[in-house]
Amino acid sequence: MNKRLLHYSLVFLLTSLSLGLQSCGKPKPSGPPNSEVGLVFDVGGRGDKSFNDAAYDGLVMAKDSLGIKYQYIEPGGGADRESALRQLASKKSVGLIFGVGFMFTDDITRIAKDFPDKKFACIDYTYDSTKAIPSNLIPIEFREEEGSFLVGAIAGLMTKTDKVGFIGGMESPLIRKFQVGYQAGVKCVNPKAKVLVAYAGVTPDAFKNPAKGKELALSQYSQGADIIYHASGVTGLGVFEAAREMNKYAIGVDMDQWNEAPGHVLTSMVKKGNMAVYDIIKEWKAGKFKGGMPAIFGLRDDGVDFVYDKNNKPLIPKSVYDRVEQLKQDIIDGKIKVPAR
Amino acid sequence: MARQRHWLEHPVTQNFLVPILAVVLSFSVGAIFIAIVGQNPIEVYYVLFSQTLGNEYGIGQLLFKTTPLIFTGLSVAICFKAGLFNIGAEGQLQIGAFLTALVGMYTFGVPAYLEVPLLILAGMVGGGIWGFIPGYLKAKTGAHEVINTIMLNFVALALVSYFATNLFNVPATVHTPPIAPSGKIPRFDAFLSGFEGSPVNFSIFIAIAACIFVWYYVQRTKLGYELRVVGLNSKAAEYGGISVAKNLILSMTIGGALAGLVGTNYVMGYKYYFEEGFSAETGFMAIAVALLGNNNPFGVILAALLFGMLEYGGLVINTMVPKELVNILQAIVIIFVISSNKIFRKTLNNFLKTRRLSIEQ
Repeated sequence: MNKRLLHYSLVFLLTSLSLGLQSCGKPKPSGPPNSEVGLVFDVGGRGDKSFNDAAYDGLVMAKDSLGIKYQYIEPGGGADRESALRQLASKKSVGLIFGVGFMFTDDITRIAKDFPDKKFACIDYTYDSTKAIPSNLIPIEFREEEGSFLVGAIAGLMTKTDKVGFIGGMESPLIRKFQVGYQAGVKCVNPKAKVLVAYAGVTPDAFKNPAKGKELALSQYSQGADIIYHASGVTGLGVFEAAREMNKYAIGVDMDQWNEAPGHVLTSMVKKGNMAVYDIIKEWKAGKFKGGMPAIFGLRDDGVDFVYDKNNKPLIPKSVYDRVEQLKQDIIDGKIKVPAR
Repeated sequence: MARQRHWLEHPVTQNFLVPILAVVLSFSVGAIFIAIVGQNPIEVYYVLFSQTLGNEYGIGQLLFKTTPLIFTGLSVAICFKAGLFNIGAEGQLQIGAFLTALVGMYTFGVPAYLEVPLLILAGMVGGGIWGFIPGYLKAKTGAHEVINTIMLNFVALALVSYFATNLFNVPATVHTPPIAPSGKIPRFDAFLSGFEGSPVNFSIFIAIAACIFVWYYVQRTKLGYELRVVGLNSKAAEYGGISVAKNLILSMTIGGALAGLVGTNYVMGYKYYFEEGFSAETGFMAIAVALLGNNNPFGVILAALLFGMLEYGGLVINTMVPKELVNILQAIVIIFVISSNKIFRKTLNNFLKTRRLSIEQ
């Protein structure tokens, strides 16, 4: 019996090995030097319905319309970020490497210095004007405050109670940009409106706590707010849940979040990570990569925007839309300066 | 006539052969999964091995991943010896590493020969306290250490996460300011250019020293003897005049202190600061490391090397296969290696027996 077991195992082993051999074509030829794009995701990786997915979407767009090849890595922990970047940078075929998320700031700066003949770009890089940026690195910055200003204006124009809410994820300078822009937008169109502000927490876990999001949203709705804008990652799913339960409105963030609570998502502030990734790949391919300075994606560059499509058109009156489009133009023209802190 | 022993029957041969066989078999099962996602298993394995074992950089990365697994594996193993199941290595290492960074950022100007031991001690104290608590509760109240260590993991992660992102962080980051330069442990690439870029550093020798310490403590000292007796049969130990409570507390505290040393690798040897989320659950992998290493300090080194290779190897092949597949591969190896021990040994011995019979007939 046991002898048979051993035989079976051996047969099994050989079968699977030959199976391996069978599927063995010629090793894939790696592309010509510096022809491919590499990307390292933030912890969490693909499937976050937020900026990781948006970045991936940018890669796919570049593949479809520019014909570039790409590789990506989803690191498991903090110590893996640098090795993942280094691994991609040391491949001959890879010429441009993206890091997704502010956590990459230190790592990508170091790797960019170690690989001066490769190009790098980092989404949400923590820009510190006192420190020099290597000339082969582009920090990608979004004007989240500008997009937030516009959804704030929509909220300010549409509130019936003159009270609206903001729910942030982790208290941090990045999320405060959303809050400040939103508040400015509300006040700009409706000076007597009040903005209730709450944060889900002070650690990164505050982005992954839908229960807390719901609790905060229910509390703001019961205080009289009728529209809540969230910038809180997965925590926001709780905000939509509350909006559905209380039959109120919520405003989505990063991507069009209509599907999270159809009929209750007034609009979404979209941050076009895909456009940023695509644009930079395009420039790089055309030989026009410009590093050393942050690349800024605001309203002017179509890096941020608000959603107005067939889904939410019935919810937003034409007059409100026209007013907000006017504000958008004013920001692009520099007539309105949106505060970021 | 004395029966001639076949070389395959020798326990030392089997101790090596059985795990190797299990690893080979698990890789061939993994090959099926790789083929299912449409990749060529041989190509993937070629990349996996050549990039981890084929050059100094890969070996450096592998050793860097191995070091924390040795510390935490030892932590789990020494508790096992006392009959305790330490699920809390993750929390212990977080507290220890954070304390290392914290002491490091406030002790500028201390010479290296004091600073390095001071920071190592800080890590041991942090982890030690986190091990002492469940040990004490177990000894004094009988509260089960599994529950308490799991709970303390939550507490540790939340505390450290809060500190590292709010109280002690560099603004707009999730890490602390750097430690004093005199507290840095040199990296291999400062001396050997082949390791250029890989974060492996001299803390791996602290890990090896810790192994020798654990072996000596458990096998060669009176306290270690007591610890083993408590682990084997605490009632008998009590009857024989050994304080069970003391040994439970001591083993958990030492275990915690060992896990707390993880900071030497990451904080003192690599980033020079503590960062929220740096460990990627090393403390849980440690349980498998300890079991695979048979709770023997030197077995822990070998097991940690295997897991270190899988961890870095997973990253290496991530451009070819999805991350989920890498996790599957790691899990298959672990399951095979841990559970196949008995099956393979028995099969092997039965095989030898039947063969002998057929020869004798």
